[in-house]
Amino acid sequence: MIVTTAGALRFTDFSVWYGARQALHTVTIAIEPGIALALIGPSGCGKSTLLRACNRMTELVPGTRHTGTVHLDDGEIHAREVDVRALRQRVGMVFQQSNPLPRSIFENVAYGPRLNGVPDGSELTDRVTEALRRAAIWDEVADRLDDPALALSGGQQQRLCIARALANDPEVLLLDEPASALDPGATQRIEELLYDLRGSVTIVIVTHNLQQAARVSDRTAFLYDGRLVEVGETSALFTRPREAQTEAFITGRFG
Amino acid sequence: MSSIVSPTVLGAPSGRRERRVPGGHELANASRTAQRRQRTDRLATLLIWSGAALALLPLALIIGLLLVRGSAALSVAFFTELPDLSLPSGGGIANAIAGSALLVGIASLMGLPIGIAAGLHLATHPHTRLSRISRYLSDVLNGVPSIVIGVFAWEVFVRPVGHFSAWAGGLALAVLLVPLVARTTETVVSLVPVELTEAALALGFPRWRTSLQVVLRTALPGIVTGALVAVARIAGETAPLLFTAFGNAFWSMSPDEPIAALPLTIYAYAGSPYEGWQTLAWGGALVLLLLVAGLSVVARLATRRQLSRVGAGR
Ligand SMILES: Nc1ncnc2c1ncn2[C@@H]1O[C@H](COP(=O)(O)OP(=O)(O)OP(=O)(O)O)[C@@H](O)[C@H]1O
Ligand SMILES: [Mg+2]
Repeated sequence: MIVTTAGALRFTDFSVWYGARQALHTVTIAIEPGIALALIGPSGCGKSTLLRACNRMTELVPGTRHTGTVHLDDGEIHAREVDVRALRQRVGMVFQQSNPLPRSIFENVAYGPRLNGVPDGSELTDRVTEALRRAAIWDEVADRLDDPALALSGGQQQRLCIARALANDPEVLLLDEPASALDPGATQRIEELLYDLRGSVTIVIVTHNLQQAARVSDRTAFLYDGRLVEVGETSALFTRPREAQTEAFITGRFG
Repeated sequence: MSSIVSPTVLGAPSGRRERRVPGGHELANASRTAQRRQRTDRLATLLIWSGAALALLPLALIIGLLLVRGSAALSVAFFTELPDLSLPSGGGIANAIAGSALLVGIASLMGLPIGIAAGLHLATHPHTRLSRISRYLSDVLNGVPSIVIGVFAWEVFVRPVGHFSAWAGGLALAVLLVPLVARTTETVVSLVPVELTEAALALGFPRWRTSLQVVLRTALPGIVTGALVAVARIAGETAPLLFTAFGNAFWSMSPDEPIAALPLTIYAYAGSPYEGWQTLAWGGALVLLLLVAGLSVVARLATRRQLSRVGAGR
């Protein structure tokens, strides 16, 4: 397993407001490079907000503001000199609903490299191929790269979206309930693929499925009502939670 | 329920039981209700059908009349010659057809880019003060009678230069076109799922490229449809041309001079006492109808392509 040294995320006293409504309360958490972190917690507790803060997608909602800092490796991501587009290429994102652009399979994956100035040709083809391989979808699409991406099944579309994010060669990969709209078979493929990616890219995954969190993550963070309640080794958190709220959640007594 | 069961339980005579079990008056009641509902249903269907037929009747009559009276005017000369009072046929309306094309061309070149850009802005920045004001103004403009636009165009485009011209006519039509196109563009662009925009932004797309490459491209067939429908609409406008393009009995392709136009020709010749010119008016009306219908068909085809594209594989 290749262990990357880039892609460390550190939130310090980080709070987010949507208008007057506070969604995150002074969250402090360090995510080591190359690990897979699962974010769990009841609906509305701020998982997506924390995830989207990693690549500044929260800013797209008008009226949001934040306090505190987020460091990617050694840089503060909100610093004035930070180019948010470059940040989003270093911190890739996969959404709950697969969202390929209405173009061909190849075009979808080629977007990122093209944006970085990779010209059409063998280098671009190589980048696309490698990304599709890493996302474990190459075998299914190799002979129909020019077909519309929307003609793929839901599970294939979602892996295509992962490939699209990987084509930017990101240090961090964010996933917001990536398998919640998929059947068990497609879910398993995604989980296997995430398992294989471990070590080469930092993964932050939001999930409502605790078994899934246990299967794909090294560490798990439990959020409740916008606050980070507990974070620790996944196996430890699920077997010996330190906080009563965590225990209540993982034993299904609420949320 | 109980009344169906009780006779059996009480051991009532079989003759009575037969009257009161499922075939009894309750079911008869039920079937009467069903019959009544069926009748109401048929009546309602009939009403709706006749309503639709009534609404379509004038349309069918107009088209029928235009086809009958208009086709009598159609000939090669009709499309190639100028109006000529000395001929029994009245000559042709080549100048009006060409003039309309020029006017609509000018209006499209000016109005479509502005309208589409405005619509794109409205859809991507829906809540800014500028958007709110321009949306309101567009709606007001769309409701203003076109003769008012004509008067406005005369004041702004004709009076300062001192003469009628194709420029003025085209600009008047453009003034009509912009708000129409802006609103339809806004509608179709805001139908582009926000997930697509987020996908592009999360990949590191700059905002402007997201707008152009993702939003605009996805919405393009819808925008084209809206534009075509709007162009078809302004192609038939008469009032804004009355004191701008003014009309011209002779051949002119100069944008700086008064110019003939189909709606103006129809307006002028339909009311003339000469039968030949009246026939020309019918022919002109038919050509206008075919033009508008043709644009609508193209627009429909474009829409269908968009639907099949979005629907593919989902
Ligand atoms: N765009 C928004 N505008 C206003 N409030 C928002 C917005 N997005 C989220 N919120 C609020 O912020 C809080 C956290 O939302 P968030 O989406 O992060 O929760 P979540 O943990 O991802 O929930 P879920 O499991 O349902 O996806 C919620 O109370 C929510 O109502
Ligand atoms: Mg969420």
